[in-house]
Amino acid sequence: PSLYLGSISFIIGLSSPGNPKDDFQEELVIRPLHSGDIYASFQFRTVWETDFMRGNKVSHYRLFPKSLGQVISKFSVRELHISFTQGYWRTMQWGQPFQPSPPGAELWVWFQDSVTDVDGTWKELTNVLSGIFCASLNFIDSTNTVQPSASFKPLGIGNETDHRFLRYATLPREIVCTENLTPWKKLLPCGSKAGLAVLLKSEKLFHSSFHSQAVHIRPVCQDWQCKTTSWELRQTLNVVFDLHNSAQGKREWSLFKMFSRTLTEACPLASSSKIYIDITDNPQGEQFEVSPATPLLSQAVVLGDRRTFSVYDLTQQITFGTVRSLNLLIRWKSSEGDMLRPLLHAERYVAGYGLQTGEIHTLMYNNHPYRSFPVLLLDSVPWYLRLYIHTLTVTSKGKDNKPSYIHYQPSKDRLRPHLLEMLVQLPPNSVTEVTVQFERALLKWTEYTPDPNHGFYVGSSVISSLVPSIVAMDTNSTRERPLFSSFFPCKEESSYFVRVYTEPLLVNLPTPDFSMPYNVICLTCTVVAVGYGSLYNLLTRSFQIEEPSPGLAKRIANIIRKMRGVPPL
Amino acid sequence: IFFFYSIHLLHTADNAGQFFSSGHTNNWAVLVCTSRFWFNYRHVANTLSVYRSVKRLGIPDSHIVLMLADDMACNHRNPKPATVFSHKNMELNVYGDDVEVDYRGYEVTVENFLRVLTGRLPPSTPRSKRLLSDDRSNILIYLTGHGGNGFLKFQDSEEISNVELADAFEQMWQKRRYNELLFIIDTCQGASMYERFYSPNLMALASSQVGEDSLSHQPDLAIGVHLMDRYTFYLLEFLEDIHPASKTNMNDLFKVCPKSQCVSTPGHRTDLFLRDPGSVLITDFFGSVRKVEITMETINLTDPIKQVEQRKYSYVDQLPVSEIIHQKPKQKDWHPPDGFILGLWTLILLVFFKLYGMKHLKHIF
Repeated sequence: PSLYLGSISFIIGLSSPGNPKDDFQEELVIRPLHSGDIYASFQFRTVWETDFMRGNKVSHYRLFPKSLGQVISKFSVRELHISFTQGYWRTMQWGQPFQPSPPGAELWVWFQDSVTDVDGTWKELTNVLSGIFCASLNFIDSTNTVQPSASFKPLGIGNETDHRFLRYATLPREIVCTENLTPWKKLLPCGSKAGLAVLLKSEKLFHSSFHSQAVHIRPVCQDWQCKTTSWELRQTLNVVFDLHNSAQGKREWSLFKMFSRTLTEACPLASSSKIYIDITDNPQGEQFEVSPATPLLSQAVVLGDRRTFSVYDLTQQITFGTVRSLNLLIRWKSSEGDMLRPLLHAERYVAGYGLQTGEIHTLMYNNHPYRSFPVLLLDSVPWYLRLYIHTLTVTSKGKDNKPSYIHYQPSKDRLRPHLLEMLVQLPPNSVTEVTVQFERALLKWTEYTPDPNHGFYVGSSVISSLVPSIVAMDTNSTRERPLFSSFFPCKEESSYFVRVYTEPLLVNLPTPDFSMPYNVICLTCTVVAVGYGSLYNLLTRSFQIEEPSPGLAKRIANIIRKMRGVPPL
Repeated sequence: IFFFYSIHLLHTADNAGQFFSSGHTNNWAVLVCTSRFWFNYRHVANTLSVYRSVKRLGIPDSHIVLMLADDMACNHRNPKPATVFSHKNMELNVYGDDVEVDYRGYEVTVENFLRVLTGRLPPSTPRSKRLLSDDRSNILIYLTGHGGNGFLKFQDSEEISNVELADAFEQMWQKRRYNELLFIIDTCQGASMYERFYSPNLMALASSQVGEDSLSHQPDLAIGVHLMDRYTFYLLEFLEDIHPASKTNMNDLFKVCPKSQCVSTPGHRTDLFLRDPGSVLITDFFGSVRKVEITMETINLTDPIKQVEQRKYSYVDQLPVSEIIHQKPKQKDWHPPDGFILGLWTLILLVFFKLYGMKHLKHIF
């Protein structure tokens, strides 16, 4: 009887109007790429009208995962962005991704201004996140954390931007595998049992050219008046399937081929569940054919371009047809047509020879025919590559290009890395090259990893830029838009914000031969033993004359003579 | 009726007694693979097959500390990513779809292993990386890798000796961190690792005696490396027949992999164990006991108080170029005030002229 009463009070508590509303949306965008590969981007967004701050004890979690909610309130987090990536995004072949991410793990966090000890809170936060995502994020410490002074402005709403509360760190060596995907899937309201998340099978996702999963938490406006904030959690997963690995060379893609699953229902807790297929390059259906056909079309302005999409709404039963399952098929007919060249892309490499010095070259390409735009370059180099900043040169089209803003924080051995931030104006249709020389340091023998001959990683450079857009961008932030077009906030119509990551570098440091201590000990001990032993023997050995022992017959004769009392032989 | 009721009571009391006869209320497992590099694929497969059996028999992920020193599943040399196979021809994927590795890569060190066992971890360590056992816990510890007489190699750069391991177990006993402990090791000369144990309630199994090598089972030509070690391969086959309610005991476990199959002689040690091994069930260590409490209390949920803010918010400019250019860098280093250098030179000049006479002054000014 008391249990019955308890359940009644629980139900009344749920339906009362005082409970904050939460909303879950999921979407999948499929973009066939010009090279025959296919790009799939999942986004799962939970919005919750609650307030984790100001001492509000939130204890009733519904769609928002409890582990992340406790992290936000305990560490006074204003924004959290964490991504795990395997592979490198090839901008020239694949265009721009919806959510960029560098290879390895990347974590950047904005703390609330009520935090007094940001470094201590950052250390505890990385440890807690390493337990949640089963990754070695506890290796993030002061030697790879930087505090950018102008990059990584908050993506959520807020008025104050004091960069003292921002921390950024990358782990380029971090591996992504099923053990990171499993806890990521467990954060979703439907888990991996219903909706779009049933497609997330690790055996197919990791057999791809590029795989990136990320979690983004930020405060957003609740409505167009923007007087109150809600918390938004976006879980994104970007994957590029290779034509030869996953499709056996045939330019024919389907959901079953990509994910080894088909869809049977939307997540029951989702308010919207949609699949978008990018058919902009296919206006009359001459390049590729999509089946089953759908009457729904949608247009969206994303990444500076107006794209057309076929929409499949999974909340409608007719999408699944008579077979009650949806298996989208994209069949290529011809392979002509050019891809739109991305306006900004970057490369980075190490030049030089030997194990003492080297040079880092960063190249930034501006492919716009007549417009120039500013880029902010952020470089974080570990302390064991000693940069010589007096050799820093920035050249465009052969001429010197002086940056309008430079912020450099030198490294301290074993304490903090180099931080270099520059605001460079890229002239139209040009390549800008940034070079800086460095010297490699010799580490102490306990600081080497168990496999030092693999090399040491230097994290990717981050290039943030406002790129001029071909069509007018939508600045109304509260209109209902597909999730992929509302990731970066847009303030003006003529340009859009883009972030490009370069390759990470792998440099060899002078590595000692670790078997030498053992060899030296053996050799020294042998030499000492042989030398001292011989000397000791020579000095202390004395020689005595000894009779050889007589033969058997002589011994018997001696015994008989002894008995007779006669002296022996 | 009273007669039948009393018999029923006795029967339930008997069952309840059996439930608590082994003396433990929760199960933990610490599974460690200590080898790095692609050619040590079999050690990761060993650990994952024990992980899979232990999960199947009921121990949840929150009670398993899994330490893998290298990543084989998503290694670029793996022809089938996100899989680790134990049988050739890719019959059984022990990596599965639901795996949580607590310590991976460079985190698997002797120090971290001993800290997990003794519980001496930094305060910010998350729960999934801790061994939160108490004095009623049965713990299964499985180690695999390359070893020798009296030591086990961690990641090709450090070793743990049998004396250190025995001392760690004694620390666990003193801090009452286990009720009974089963230690399984699959390395060359594995029996040397349990020679030095001296704490009570420890049972140990090893895949080979001192002086013998543990051999690997079979290579797979598609993957290109040996997939499993012999002892763990036959151990996995044995465990596949166990289900959560089975009554097989430790004597059957000692018979796993005789010399004819394993080539090396597996050994075991039970002298420190208080109970008779014949009465110890396999599920006492590989399965899980979970205590469930049913409560009839009701909890009242109160409505949260909603604060109404009147401030208007907006998004931040992602690249405010003019703001960035006019940002003044903060000067942290102390520089002497500007007049200081001038004053210093004036002082030096005055002292010079005082010493050597004022007649030189007219040459300067």
